[in-house]
Formats: sequence, C-alpha cells, structure tokens
Amino acid sequence: MLKRFRLEEPESVKEACELLGRFGENAKVYAGGTELLLAMKEGLAHYERLVNIKKLGLNQIKRDNGTIRIGALCTHRQLETSPELQRVLSALVKLERNVANVRVRQAGTLGGNLCFAEPHADPGTLLIALGAKFLADTGTSKREIAAEDFFVDAYETRLAADELLTEIQVPAPAAHCGVAYLKFGYLERPSVGVAVALTARDAKKSVGDIKIAVGCAGPAPKRMAEAEALLRGKSIDEATRGLPKAGEVAGRAAQAISDLHGSQEYKEHIVGVLLKRAFQSALSQC
Amino acid sequence: MSKAMARRSDAQKIPLSFTLNGRLQELEVEPHELLLDLVRGRLGLTGAKLSCDVQVCGACTLLVDGRPVSACTTLAFEVRGRSVLTIEGLAEDGKLHPLQEAFIAHGGFQCGFCTPGMILAAKALLDENPNPSEEELKHFMHGNLCRCTGYKKIIESIMAAAKKMRSA
Repeated sequence: MLKRFRLEEPESVKEACELLGRFGENAKVYAGGTELLLAMKEGLAHYERLVNIKKLGLNQIKRDNGTIRIGALCTHRQLETSPELQRVLSALVKLERNVANVRVRQAGTLGGNLCFAEPHADPGTLLIALGAKFLADTGTSKREIAAEDFFVDAYETRLAADELLTEIQVPAPAAHCGVAYLKFGYLERPSVGVAVALTARDAKKSVGDIKIAVGCAGPAPKRMAEAEALLRGKSIDEATRGLPKAGEVAGRAAQAISDLHGSQEYKEHIVGVLLKRAFQSALSQC
Repeated sequence: MSKAMARRSDAQKIPLSFTLNGRLQELEVEPHELLLDLVRGRLGLTGAKLSCDVQVCGACTLLVDGRPVSACTTLAFEVRGRSVLTIEGLAEDGKLHPLQEAFIAHGGFQCGFCTPGMILAAKALLDENPNPSEEELKHFMHGNLCRCTGYKKIIESIMAAAKKMRSA
C-alpha cells in the first residue's frame, strides 16, 4: 500500500527543478514509476511530494549529425521499436527488447532507469561502453556528465538535487565498429551484464579502440580501463589470446557482490565468459 | 477534528475521466491511489488480481490504450483521458472473445488466477502481431507467470486464437 503524497505537475524543466530545489529530500522525480513506486510500496522510501515530469515532453529520438539524442522520458518500449535506433544502435534496441517484461517496458523510461541507478539494470552499462553523455539541466543551466562518471554507487548518481536528466547523447558508432551487450541472470534481474564496443583496423587484422563496461555484478556499472588496455591496438590473434586475462582483470574490477543473484566468485567468472563472447560478437560486426 | 480526519480533508483530489470497458468514468482520485485498487475496490471489477505486487507476475495486467500495464504499480491518475480494458470488458454482447474461447477449448488454465492477465497480454500481442511465431509469443508473454498448468496449453490456446482471428 502506498502512503499518501502530494503530486506536482510542472510544465517546464525550470519549474520542475525549482520544485526539486525547494522541497529537497522531501520530493522525488516521478516518471515511469516502475522502480520508485516499488520502493515506496515496500516502505523503503517515502516522499511528501512526487514531481511528475511527464508533461515536459523529453520523449523524442533524434539524429543530430553524429550524435543520437534520446529524450530522458523515452520509454523502453519506444526504444525497442524505434526504426531510427534499429538502424544506428541495434545493440541498444536488442538490450531494450530484453529489459524486464513488456509491462515494465511500456511504463519505464530510460532516464528513470539511469537516475534510479538500481544496480541490476542494463542500459547504463552499454551507454558507458558507447561513450554516451548525459545532459543534466536545472532549467537555467546545463552540463554534460559522461556516462562513465554518472554512477556513483547503488541508487546514487552525480545529479544534483535540483538537476534533471533531460537527454542521453550517444555518439553514432563509426564504420568498422561493433557493439555487443550480453547479460546473464535468472528471471528478470540480471546477475552480470557486459558491454563491448570496438573498432577493427588494418583490414580487420587488429583491434583499434575498445571500450568495455561491466554492470549488475557490483553496486554500479563501471568502465573497465585495465581490461581495455590489454586488448587495445593488439592483433586479433593476440587480443583473442589475451581475453582470459582481460576477463579475469575485469572480473576483479567489477567489485562483484555476493547476493541472491550469485556469489562474488561466480559473478567474476561470468564476467570473463561474457566479456569473451561480447568481444567476439562485436568483432564479428566490424 | 481528529488528526486522521484533518489529513483526509487536506487530501489532494485529482479529477479523473477515462473510459473503462467502453464506458466513460468520471471520478476523483488521490495521487497515491493505484489503478488496481481503483478498478477492484472502487469499481468492483475483480478480474485483475493482486499477486506479486512488483510487476513480475502479470496477474494484475490491464490494457491501457491497448497496451499491457501492471495495475499494481500504476498510479490511478495516469489513466486520465485514456481507455482501460479489463477482462470483464472483453466479451462483446455476451459472446466470448476468441482468446477466451481458445483458453476454454485448449485447457489454457487450471486455477484461473493468472488467466485474466494472460488473456489481456495475449490480446495486446495479437493486436500488434496477428501471426506471431512461437518464439515471439514466448518473448512477449514471459512476464506473465502461471503456477498450475505450465505454459504449453497456454501457448496452444493463444496460437489457436491467433489462427481463428486471422481467418475471421
């Protein structure tokens, strides 16, 4: 049962941010509600006010030169059915198609997913590997936060109390770029998610740039710089031989936690398995 | 005035006008009222069930503008100006929907607790994809759980209904 709260329905980002600034910890942004309402029903969180931001629009997907701009209020359903995204970011479409279930995808928004920062979520991990930027807006000023810097801890991000995430900006992957996100878990909450984005060069004989991110295993999705360095610039043969080591390094760096979704050791192992498969999948797309 | 009464008089009321099973409803809700409580408790339509309460099982599935939602985790005010279909509104003029007929003919339920949600989710699927493969059906329906029959007969029922609806 939900406790009583007041509903605010601002009509602009500025108005929303003023409300959030004025009421501080007594107010919370409400978008799809798929995660927030669960926490409130369980009594894990209560707010005197919810600020419904669904009158703000923020639900367009646009291509702007080399950048794909995704409004924070796009639902998972919108993303999984977007022909534009299917053309340029099919890995994100595939991820979105497998978020939770059809009802959650109908209501839940990408921005809400990122801002709630529930550890067992998929999109943040892939967006880190894609080098995405998140636009934080107060209605009077804007700043960009790199996806890899956005997540601080479980349920904690770098957004200030009076900032809204309004847009997710993803650089369109270049030619000869492959992107893969793989996850493993029972039922709907993944235990481990691994994303790889890489480019091939020298007529596909070596790895150019590579970004790797791991999520779900630990408190927040993370970029795996040390594992990337073991593979970047290497010939495909060398990189392939280096995958077990890179998997081991990424497993340790994932800060895996033993919980209902698996032991620390088990999750570290899965990171290695998924990293190898994601690497091969990404490479095959180049 | 007691504290509880004082709180009640302060309560925020949101006018809510929506279509429920084809009929216009006009009432007021508080922000925290859930769609499932509104439909079951205030409007007396008890086909949708409260089960997991965390959007995993699908027993509370309703269609809002034709799309499945978890009524247990949808705030009632969200259906402002929209069209809500519950299992009670599926039969037309006393004639069961092909999905309902198929679930009976193929034994697609046992205790029946998940069935209203199953049938409404299946309706949403067939409305957007009249000829789903079994894989597509499983993918769409994997968020609706049954603890009696297993899923074989449910899949058979939906496939049979799809075939009948295509030929109609």
